[in-house]
Amino acid sequence: MIDPIPSGTRDVLPDEMRELRAITEKVRAVFDARGYGEVATPALEYESTLARGDAAAAEPAYRLFDEQGNVLVLRSDMTIPIARVVATRYASSAPPLRFCYFAHAYRSVRPSRGQAREMLQAGIELVGAPGPEGTVEALELLCEVLDAVGLDGYRVGLGDASLYPALLDAVGVPEGARPALLHELVTRDFVGLEREVEALRLGEEASAALLRTPQLRGDASVLDVDGPATDVVGRLRALHERLTPRAGERVIFDLGLSRSLGYYTGAIFEVYDSAVGVPLGGGGRYDDLLGRFGRELPAAGWALNVERLHIALVGEGARGEQWA
Amino acid sequence: MGLNGLTIAVPRGALMRDTLDLLDTVGFDTAEVRANDRRLLFGEAGIVTMRPSDVPTYVEAGAADLGITGKDVLAEQVEREVYELADLGYGRCVMVFATVAGDDPAAEALRRLGVMRVATKYPRIAARYFERTGRQAEIVEVKGSVELAPLTGLVEGIVDLTATGTTLRENGLVIREEIWASTARLIANPVAHKLKATEIDGLLARIRDAA
Repeated sequence: MIDPIPSGTRDVLPDEMRELRAITEKVRAVFDARGYGEVATPALEYESTLARGDAAAAEPAYRLFDEQGNVLVLRSDMTIPIARVVATRYASSAPPLRFCYFAHAYRSVRPSRGQAREMLQAGIELVGAPGPEGTVEALELLCEVLDAVGLDGYRVGLGDASLYPALLDAVGVPEGARPALLHELVTRDFVGLEREVEALRLGEEASAALLRTPQLRGDASVLDVDGPATDVVGRLRALHERLTPRAGERVIFDLGLSRSLGYYTGAIFEVYDSAVGVPLGGGGRYDDLLGRFGRELPAAGWALNVERLHIALVGEGARGEQWA
Repeated sequence: MGLNGLTIAVPRGALMRDTLDLLDTVGFDTAEVRANDRRLLFGEAGIVTMRPSDVPTYVEAGAADLGITGKDVLAEQVEREVYELADLGYGRCVMVFATVAGDDPAAEALRRLGVMRVATKYPRIAARYFERTGRQAEIVEVKGSVELAPLTGLVEGIVDLTATGTTLRENGLVIREEIWASTARLIANPVAHKLKATEIDGLLARIRDAA
């Protein structure tokens, strides 16, 4: 008799576990060397806690009741639990605080899509270090980790969550029209974005800024864009100037980058490798999140999906077997 | 290797001819594709051919950098993580709600039974449409000829894509409502969109010039 397991979950057997472990050990060595202390938090949290962090995180896929009728949820990322830990357990510690974790996070899946319900994340949170220095430290550490695990062809997309809102402010898009525009941007529909922008009749220059800016991506020359939202672009330029050449050459500036979680306030990043069609991980600055838990501290963090990292490493090894 | 190292998923069927013509004008070599009707993969040209509804699957996974498919397919698979880069203008057809000619049996069913039954290959588009317009509909998903469903009494109406309306007419069906128009779209894998930005933007510019 075969007892199945839920779709999107899996058993890890020794061969795979050995390879996963080799990756996480290399990552852990870098975290240790850079002074990031490992923490573990419960997989179950109160729903109200996650909701305080982010509305999207408060729609978790797995919800249950405890013995007293409280609503518990399986965490969908580690950032909010660590924000809670900082505010409650490190209420008076002097910043900056450096944490790392290796933990499973849980998401819902769509049928027949091969998505994971449960994923192993390796990540950091750097609390109390404002940008740009804190962001640079997080980015440099990200590249150091990816180098340490032996990934060859990775790139880090770097954008800013506040860029498009600043653009909307600058060209005077009315409040009511913004959700439609942001929806097209988040769903990556540039045809829809063009339709929505044209419907606003803002004039040629403003329309061009709203349409063209989010499609700009590439080396630092994309930061030479003039027009509105120059202070946000200036922040990205300040980041670029502080990066070491090792991290700098990995960065792709992406003025259209957006992340699904709502707590990001500044720089955001995403990790790509040509061997895998989906991002390997990502993160960014979330300067308001800690305040919601009672300790006003700027922070930045990122998480890598360890299983995808493994796929990328295997894929890079198999180069030359692609169909074209 | 394809044009500047780009690989593209090309839809077989109604969109194929216009797609190959477009790819010719922007620099892909489609001679092999046109000469071989049964082969699916053309590594030299960077072209792979497939059903239109499979294009988002391959592009989302990165098995092809780019793809061309109808907006109808993208609207049905709305959660696919792909960039929609350009409206290519061709392959125009309309998503319609149709019933048999004469008295509208769907309206009758709604009035007397409170719900109408609707057959479609696009269950999500149909469900969203009737929700948005405040009507209760029981969606019946079929894979083959949708026109058959109302003729046999399986359903009162259908939601389907039509270019000329000929098949509907020939089966005694009339269009009651036009939902929206669909055209061919160029889509891109999110990772390729970053890692091959120059190549993709170059191709996009040539496509815009060709239009």
